[in-house]
Amino acid sequence: MILKTLQLYRSYMNVSFRSQMQYRASFVLRSLGHFLVTGTEFLGFVALFQRFGQIQGWTLPQMGLFYGMISVPFATTEAVFRGFDTFPNLIKSGDFDRYLLRPRSTALQVLGQDFQLMRVGRFSQALIVLFWSAGRLNVDWSPGNITLLLGGIAGGACLFAGLFVLQATMCFWTTESLEILNCTTYGGVETAQFPVSIYRGWFRGIFTFVIPLATINYFPIHAILNIKDALGSTPLLQWLSPLAGVLFLLVCLQCWRVGVRRYTSTGS
Amino acid sequence: MKAYRAILVSRFLTLLQYRSAAIAGVGTQLFFGLVRVMIYDGFYRSSSSPQPMNVDQVTTYIWLGQAMLLLAMFDADKDVAAMIRTGNVAYEMTRPLDLYSVWFTRALSGRAAPLLMRSIPIFIVAGLFFGLKMPASISAAGLFVLSAFGGLLLAASLIALMTVCLLWTISGEGVNRLAAPMIFFFSGLVIPLPLFPDWIQRAIAVLPFRGLIDTPFRIYLGVLNGPSAAAALLHQIAWTAALVLAGRMLLNRGIRRLVVQGG
Repeated sequence: MILKTLQLYRSYMNVSFRSQMQYRASFVLRSLGHFLVTGTEFLGFVALFQRFGQIQGWTLPQMGLFYGMISVPFATTEAVFRGFDTFPNLIKSGDFDRYLLRPRSTALQVLGQDFQLMRVGRFSQALIVLFWSAGRLNVDWSPGNITLLLGGIAGGACLFAGLFVLQATMCFWTTESLEILNCTTYGGVETAQFPVSIYRGWFRGIFTFVIPLATINYFPIHAILNIKDALGSTPLLQWLSPLAGVLFLLVCLQCWRVGVRRYTSTGS
Repeated sequence: MKAYRAILVSRFLTLLQYRSAAIAGVGTQLFFGLVRVMIYDGFYRSSSSPQPMNVDQVTTYIWLGQAMLLLAMFDADKDVAAMIRTGNVAYEMTRPLDLYSVWFTRALSGRAAPLLMRSIPIFIVAGLFFGLKMPASISAAGLFVLSAFGGLLLAASLIALMTVCLLWTISGEGVNRLAAPMIFFFSGLVIPLPLFPDWIQRAIAVLPFRGLIDTPFRIYLGVLNGPSAAAALLHQIAWTAALVLAGRMLLNRGIRRLVVQGG
């Protein structure tokens, strides 16, 4: 069953890749555009660190690690979960009805709709920052630390995936897309590219407990850099925290199921 | 002139209908503004060395940037892009109107309406709760409105130029995709222009992009006043004129080589 699912997803991807590669020049330009958008933004931060030296004791390479650990999973999820991003169109056009008739899970079909390759622009930009920071920092890249880094990234991908699924799920109730939820995805990246400890208490609380972005970079990085957390987390919590992303995704998928069950077609 | 005014007004009124999109935009912009203000606050609390702007000025600059984001975040006119792709641009050329002026007018109204709808609520909310200060003086306020209008004209001339580039389909798309982030970066929205490294300040002063938002903002803050404000306004107007000229020339060349495929 799982094998069949994977096979199906692979053929979905094949179609998606091939159609995107029909306009190769356009694809390259768009990817480059994405690279530039986030790349120049990071250059802005470099300029700020040059002026101010540090932010609340954090240096540029340290911030780069936060940046990479949040942007790499975000770019990945943006590419893979694009189908959920455009899901409101399926609801409005009534095309979702057809998905319900097919003997496969709805989540898989929505997921298979699209894989946005051009997000490779943001992905590669974030990866460059991550590698640069990893090299500049005085960190022993032991297997344990690498595991924690990758775990944080994987947890982050799950967390963002959950947010995309949740945003799509809302459409079962509202039909319209709720753009304001972009504050949690795009805004979440903007927020968590810096250590959450620099923000005001209530704001930090939201991104630690409600949308647990702090669990995918803030806590693991304290273990990786082997420094004491000003917010008082213990090493055990720092090691386990990326799992919060996985948990978050599972909860969101459960919400999706509830949403599908109460779905009524727009009839158009 | 009457025809262009009609285009301007009708498109402006049409775009005013997109209120729910504007509300969502306002919410998102307020969020991003809040995050950025806290980040800058963090930077300023970490360093005591003197900076080109103080923290209150930066806070106001950021909120103005959130309110007037649309003056620096560009893409080419989507409707015109579709017309060029489908070949319908041929119809545009048969009208007894100057094509550049039509596209310029479209760009102008396409920016003005959403800008107005988004900026006013942000001004109010950020002014009441999040540290957006009042203009430095009454004359600064007046000059700010004037230079914001200048920024709008400059934005329209840039968008019109980007739209004209689309006549060269693939390379035009390339120009659009790559120019947009660069304009954004050098406008002052990514970080306030005064905080850029000193060695690049001279280039920034020459480039047209500071006229979009940075000039109005510095006037608002009272950093530019009297002669320096006049010079900045002149810089805006000169670049707008140059870009309009460039757009016109490019359009003439584009039309001469344009081949519309039937269908």
